[in-house]
Amino acid sequence: MAEQESSCFHCGQPVPSGSHYRVEIDGQSRDMCCPGCQAVAQAIVDGGLTDYYRHRTATSVTAQNLVPEELQNLAIYDQPDLQRSFVTNEPRDAAEIKQASLILEGIVCAACVWLNERHVNALPGVIEFRVNYATHRAQVKWDDTLIHLSEILRAIAAIGYIAHPFDPGRQEQLYKKEKSQALRRLAVAGLGAMQVMMLAVALYAGDYQGMESRMQTFFRWVSLLIASPVVLYSARPFFTSALRDLKRMQLGMDVPVALAIGGAYLASVWATLTRSGEVYFDSVTMFTFFLLAGRYLEMGARHRAGQAAEELVKLLPAMATRLTETGEEVVAVADLVPGDRLRVKPGDSIPADGRVIEGSSSIDESLLTGESLPLTRSIHDEVVGGTVNVESPLIIEVERVGEDTVLAAIQRLLHRAQTEKPRLAGLADRVAGIFVGVILLLALAVGWWWWQHQPDEAFWIVLSMLVVTCPCALSLATPAALTAATGSLTRLGVLTTRGHALETLARANHIILDKTGTLTTGRLQLQDIRLQGSLDEGACLRIAAALEQASEHPVARALSHEVSDVPLAREVTAIPGQGLEGLVDGTRYRIGQPGYVSELVPQVASHEVSEGSQTEVWLASELELLALFSLSDSLRPDAAESITDLKRLGLKPLLYSGDSEAAVVGVAQELGIEDFSARMRPEDKLKAMHALQTEGTVVAMVGDGVNDAPVLAGAQISLAMGGGTQLAQASADMVLLSEQLPHLPRAVEMARATLRIIRQNLAWAVVYNIVALPLAAMGYVAPWMAAIGMSASSLIVVLNALRLNKHYTQRGAAHSRSAKLDMA
Amino acid sequence: MSILFLLIPLGMIFLGVAIWAFLWAVRSGQFDDMEGPAHRILMDDDDPRIPGRTKTAKDDKPPSDA
Repeated sequence: MAEQESSCFHCGQPVPSGSHYRVEIDGQSRDMCCPGCQAVAQAIVDGGLTDYYRHRTATSVTAQNLVPEELQNLAIYDQPDLQRSFVTNEPRDAAEIKQASLILEGIVCAACVWLNERHVNALPGVIEFRVNYATHRAQVKWDDTLIHLSEILRAIAAIGYIAHPFDPGRQEQLYKKEKSQALRRLAVAGLGAMQVMMLAVALYAGDYQGMESRMQTFFRWVSLLIASPVVLYSARPFFTSALRDLKRMQLGMDVPVALAIGGAYLASVWATLTRSGEVYFDSVTMFTFFLLAGRYLEMGARHRAGQAAEELVKLLPAMATRLTETGEEVVAVADLVPGDRLRVKPGDSIPADGRVIEGSSSIDESLLTGESLPLTRSIHDEVVGGTVNVESPLIIEVERVGEDTVLAAIQRLLHRAQTEKPRLAGLADRVAGIFVGVILLLALAVGWWWWQHQPDEAFWIVLSMLVVTCPCALSLATPAALTAATGSLTRLGVLTTRGHALETLARANHIILDKTGTLTTGRLQLQDIRLQGSLDEGACLRIAAALEQASEHPVARALSHEVSDVPLAREVTAIPGQGLEGLVDGTRYRIGQPGYVSELVPQVASHEVSEGSQTEVWLASELELLALFSLSDSLRPDAAESITDLKRLGLKPLLYSGDSEAAVVGVAQELGIEDFSARMRPEDKLKAMHALQTEGTVVAMVGDGVNDAPVLAGAQISLAMGGGTQLAQASADMVLLSEQLPHLPRAVEMARATLRIIRQNLAWAVVYNIVALPLAAMGYVAPWMAAIGMSASSLIVVLNALRLNKHYTQRGAAHSRSAKLDMA
Repeated sequence: MSILFLLIPLGMIFLGVAIWAFLWAVRSGQFDDMEGPAHRILMDDDDPRIPGRTKTAKDDKPPSDA
């Protein structure tokens, strides 16, 4: 609790010195790091929801300071045209009762769910609001005559969460159906297995102690009755997929499973009807139950990954402001045509490729090119769709839309990379194929031998062989391990979106890293101040912050972040790409590019501009040059440590960046990366990676921008940063939601541990079979032994996989979340 | 031992009931969120009903330490 002095009570980030943001919570005044957190905490207090702070188990996400225009933009969600894609009327005939699904960002613990539900349900007009903690999704039902959707979204934003309406679509319903069907099958198999086992114990005991034959027959008939729905209903997926495998002339895991279940069941039915032989009902039901349990776990992991991947691409279409003769209208980006004139506000992304026809501004192309500094664009300059307008409003004329844009070209590159991606066959698939073939051949051979010598025993021996060899352990080996591993990685903040990811990551031996936004924070930070005039550092900073206060340029954000008591600047004029001029306390100052600033104080000879990745900003009054600020896109705090860890794990780091030579060299040297290239376009990166791949290396790629997307898609295994673009995340196999580089080596370790566990499991399954098979082939295995052996081998496999869960979560919890310095 | 001929069919009826109950639970969405309800029960929603803590969700003033 000692750290409460210095960290934000709401989000836990350090409070900048001299901050005056405070909120009174439960009678105590608490420090806040930024106006965003202050507003959110105040809203929570005003709503009488301070219990949230008592119940939460994790600190909240730093509140984004939503500007009023962004909140205004939410109003587009009220448009009936747009609503048609994600809003349903419930019940169908009542037009005013509406229902929608929302994705909630910022849910970190159960108290967040409570807070959201309490807050939103208290709004007049909201009929029902339920949050699903497991999926971070919410269902909202409201009366449209009393409240609009945008107001609900705004209310959620007020307490610091971001809600996106989305269309749950067919995929979601499919998942739901699949899940409830799997649960029903599992329940029937589980309850059936318990009952049959109870009867089977009595039957086994009867074998030893003697049992009335009418009692034995009765027990067998009851077992048959219970086992039938288990086999016919619960085990049906195995039969259908085995049939599918056979039609395609493949040997999958399901072929021996179906053979064992079907064979044992039919044989037991025959034995019951003819009152002869042995019954295997207990083995059959338990077998089905174990396998279904394994499949259910696997399905859960697959659905979570699928939903996560979907969340990244399912957000609603982007909007653009089109200028018409009568005024402005908001239209979907998809409806734009060349020749349209668009207004692009500062902070918005440019909707399509075009040309500036009015205004001038800085454009941040970092996500597209990797360049860390915004570039100046004025009248007649081309702008690229997907880049972000930083400084001042622009009017652009659309030149290309849809398929012709630069973004679409990158997307095409991405699809090609995806189809050309070299794939590693899963370990289990290869082992299973061989194993199944061998077992079936052996069973045939053994059956043939017994047929020659003791024809009446042959069937039972082949059957017990199929049951005891139990592909069960083998087919549980991989899903159990993968489920445990993806679960604990998700808790670390590393999301696995594709099934093969862990296995491939474990085998990676080269790792390509992007610079801007991946190794660096992607935001400029003040590195150094060199004083040139009569004022001290604090005064210079305050003047700089005052001038830059209104600007959205990254330089401005970096400078104004340093100071908390900013004086007021008057008559501020901005020359995009050059700098700012204004009056602070009656004195005229200029800040910006050396050339622009030295116009104010001509007597200053142009200073030598320092080399490297630094950005120089000068500050001068009319009398003298005051200070030189150097800023750079700073490395993430743990970058060096992470690179060292990766090297220790035997991965060779490579740095591919679209940024300038100087910037890349600086970063590479600081981190000790020997292999680096600068000024690489997406095609260049992809080509360089293909060259590596043809040498037989397994390449992992880490990136965040649109320019990285094709490379992410083409790498055998790729990780995207959580703060990066959607396109990058959608084309990656894993997403580093935590944005913490140290999680990279940890994910690699985890992946390797997973592969190790899978190998152990497979080895165990094979060894067990090698021991059991000869015994069964010689006819020494009674049904009860088969049942015990099968259950024990499956249990060992699952318990072994669960070790992954324990070991790594403990280490994960020790790491605090620190690096996410948000624009405050 | 003849009692078993009655008890086991009885057991099967219970089995049927258990399966039906489970299927109902799946159908009515009891398994949709496996984590939330465990936490939900810990959150107090009954503050206004506890004597001495009369603030409501609509209270505009920050609560004083009463």
